Amino acid sequence: MNFKSTIGLEVHFELKTKSKIFSPSPVTYGAEPNTATNVIDWGYPGVLPMVNKNVYRLGIMVALATHAHILPQTHFDRKNYFYPDNPKAYQITQFFQPLARDGYVEVEVHGKKKRIGIHEMHIEEDAGKNTHGTNGFSYVDLNRQGVPLLEVVSEPDMTDPDEAYAYLEKLRKIVQFTGASDVKMEEGSMRVDTNISIRPAGQEKLGTKVEMKNLNSFEHVRLSLAYEEKRQQQVLLSGGRVQMSTRRFDENTGKTYLERVKEGASDYRYFPEPDIPPYKIKQDWIDEIAKTLPESPMDRRKRYIDQYGLKPYDADVLLQTKESSDFFDQTVAAGGDPTLAANWMNTQVNGYLNDHRMELADVKLTPAHLAAMIKLIKDGTISSKIAKKVFAETIANGTDPKKYVEDKGMVQLSDVSVLGPMVAKVVDANPQSVEDFKNGKDRAIGYLVGQIMKQTRGKANPKIVNKLLNEELNKR
Amino acid sequence: MDYLTENIDSLNQKLAAGTVSADELLQASLDQIDEHKNLNAWITVDKDAKPQTDLDFKANKLAGIPIAVKDNIVTKGLRTTAASHILDNFMPVYDATVVQRLRKAQATIFGKTNMDEFAMGSSTEHSYFGLTRNPWELNHVPGGSSGGSAAAVASGQVVAALGSDTGGSIRQPAAFNGIFGIKPTYGRVSRWGLIAFGSSLDQIGVLSKRVRDSAEVLNVIAGPDDHDATVSERPVPDFTAALGKDVKGLRVAVPKEYMSDAVDADVRQAVQKQIDALKAAGAIINEVTLPYTKYVVPTYYLIASSEASSNLQRYDGIRYGFRAKDTKNLMDVYLKSRSEGFGEEVKRRIMLGSFALSAGYYDAYFMQASRVRTLICRDFDNIFKNNDVIVGPTTTTPAFKIGEEIQDPVKMYNNDILTISANLAGLPAASIPAGLSDEGLPVGFQIMGQRFDEAHVLQTADFIERSNKFYQQKPAGLED
Repeated sequence: MNFKSTIGLEVHFELKTKSKIFSPSPVTYGAEPNTATNVIDWGYPGVLPMVNKNVYRLGIMVALATHAHILPQTHFDRKNYFYPDNPKAYQITQFFQPLARDGYVEVEVHGKKKRIGIHEMHIEEDAGKNTHGTNGFSYVDLNRQGVPLLEVVSEPDMTDPDEAYAYLEKLRKIVQFTGASDVKMEEGSMRVDTNISIRPAGQEKLGTKVEMKNLNSFEHVRLSLAYEEKRQQQVLLSGGRVQMSTRRFDENTGKTYLERVKEGASDYRYFPEPDIPPYKIKQDWIDEIAKTLPESPMDRRKRYIDQYGLKPYDADVLLQTKESSDFFDQTVAAGGDPTLAANWMNTQVNGYLNDHRMELADVKLTPAHLAAMIKLIKDGTISSKIAKKVFAETIANGTDPKKYVEDKGMVQLSDVSVLGPMVAKVVDANPQSVEDFKNGKDRAIGYLVGQIMKQTRGKANPKIVNKLLNEELNKR
Repeated sequence: MDYLTENIDSLNQKLAAGTVSADELLQASLDQIDEHKNLNAWITVDKDAKPQTDLDFKANKLAGIPIAVKDNIVTKGLRTTAASHILDNFMPVYDATVVQRLRKAQATIFGKTNMDEFAMGSSTEHSYFGLTRNPWELNHVPGGSSGGSAAAVASGQVVAALGSDTGGSIRQPAAFNGIFGIKPTYGRVSRWGLIAFGSSLDQIGVLSKRVRDSAEVLNVIAGPDDHDATVSERPVPDFTAALGKDVKGLRVAVPKEYMSDAVDADVRQAVQKQIDALKAAGAIINEVTLPYTKYVVPTYYLIASSEASSNLQRYDGIRYGFRAKDTKNLMDVYLKSRSEGFGEEVKRRIMLGSFALSAGYYDAYFMQASRVRTLICRDFDNIFKNNDVIVGPTTTTPAFKIGEEIQDPVKMYNNDILTISANLAGLPAASIPAGLSDEGLPVGFQIMGQRFDEAHVLQTADFIERSNKFYQQKPAGLED
């Protein structure tokens, strides 16, 4: 029997604001427990939430980037439940009406293009964190309490784990390029919950949904969905029934395990948040945000290939992060040749970052530096070989390439009146090489170039040396 | 110093002239509190409190004047309990906006008044710290929930007090104690630091013997606040500017539902006298109808209790306040702390509200109540098209006896029938004494205005105060 899978994803993004959604406490990562909190985050008697308007702005950016319809008026609701990491015993979220609905992203899987619908996206506050000590106590850290989240709920449009993977990659990239979120799975600024059901091919009615929460990586999403597809098929083929449940993926065994069975929907007693008046989102504001929305990764890719003539592979490497794409764009804007800039970014810069386990933001190299160096290569002032030395110095210490080249006397020797006599001398001194050249052994030239390089300590312009040598040898 | 015959202006003049000091005023309050211990109007009094230094009597009318604060308004370093066991050791680390503003105006903040637990009640019998008595008749309730504030003012312990009003909690005790009390428009005064009961209904206001005193305090506490998104950005007028005016041409609506048989005859009679006085002074009296009046009590109790059920969830024994002993696990901490920490009336409302919000009942109860609320608002909007104020009795009866209604919650809830509409519609509303009942208990005259039109409410109250001079009477219970 053939089965069809129906997959939906709920993705939480932490929105990148300086302060929390309802309190002036800073948004931090890795700070001492409870240091980034105030009375509002503690859920103290008498406190009230004040909305950080920047949260709306970032949410609108994501909505625009995913072609979603932004609702003209937005408001918040309370979701009530008791838990120590939820100090008010309610989460402020958007239940009755989201910020935006009906968006989509386009993915390409197995060579085919497909649109994955976005059902809705809504804003809410994050909860704190409970940790269970070994001393019999549990601890609550409220630093994360009130960090703004955007939950993006897909339509159940995906039919296999690869599509889910592609959707996540695309969505992450789109959100990352808006600058609205850091989208780091490892830091929790992007979190993924999945749900999957299967049904026999030809059956209209959807099967019973199984959920998996807080998956650690896109790969785990793919593996867990693939495992669930198989597991559910086996259950159905052996005459069983899939239970409506939440399951946990174990990365060590590659299997999913039952966490809890869902018996009807939980009752969160949702109702409109009375402390926050409804907020009108004016079209003017949306237009203004649309104008300042950073160029999407799709548009950048097109520009890199069509306008700059980059190979698709090189464009994709540059577009892996917004930081590297921005760095590249700034390098080009500072006068760096696009092809050279892409090559340097994708080989030397990335190599350095990987070797040193650093991020682009952590190194002293600036786009202006890289552009200056590329110009020096392009106008023949330095050779690519020298450039590598210059690059090593600049990225490590932030030294200005032009100044460094001048100070260290690294300027390439291109003067024919100096190089000409040197070439003649070297040819004179190596009759065997002249003989070899005449016998058609091109290798001979390489040897002679090497001699000149040795004498000039690498500064001779290899192009000009080659040209002069050819002329000299042909004369003999 | 006799606070029964003084007011903010007279005290301010004496302070400025140096005939009395702020320390002496505070001492006078402490002495009176001691004198009237039997009323039990206070939960916490800071005997070590001091007036501020460098008092500027010219700039600040309230400088050096002791003002009472209801115990559901948080005060930094001064215990705040909302009259609940669950908060009986709670020491706030911040001041409510209204308290910050009073302190900035150099008023002396030194104690917290008794109330119904979490402001849920109409008698101040539901307090973990014991009931408050009515200074007019000690076996009667002072009303509630701001019963402590009202009794403290009526017995001359302070000249003015802050209260809060979710369904009549300022106006009803003001009526029962023969003083003035005003609930401003929802959104006129910041709720930052007010321990929430029904967030869409709660509003901080003032109780005082004299109308002008409340206007002076409102001038200090009202206005925009960047800690409360529901406070209006509208500029605040000088509320005292509404005083001393005549009422010629003032359009006064009298809803016939407010003067029905459901209201005691002597109460109606006292109220009618004030209406006659208004008419005699040139006001235009219009009889109107508020057909939704019969729905206001259920509507109110569904909305207020629903919001309360959510607002009171934070009292879970985890971070502050009371935590039950001998608990086995997390669920046990929640269940025991809340079971032991909340009083019966609070638990009743939490259950009612939780039910009204639960899946399957939400539409029939909470949603339906929200729709009726919209209709009630429309009723009022229509009347205000042709009227400046709506008047009538504040309550259907004068103060009832202690213990008389506490066993019958529905009877207790029905007490609020005349006051809760103003909360549902967000209107400014006040109660001013209209005289005495046959038994010699004060009767309140309620005045409601359009949203953000406290001015007409104050103007009308001030006229009534000048015409009946009720403030000259002393509470009978104090003579004993």
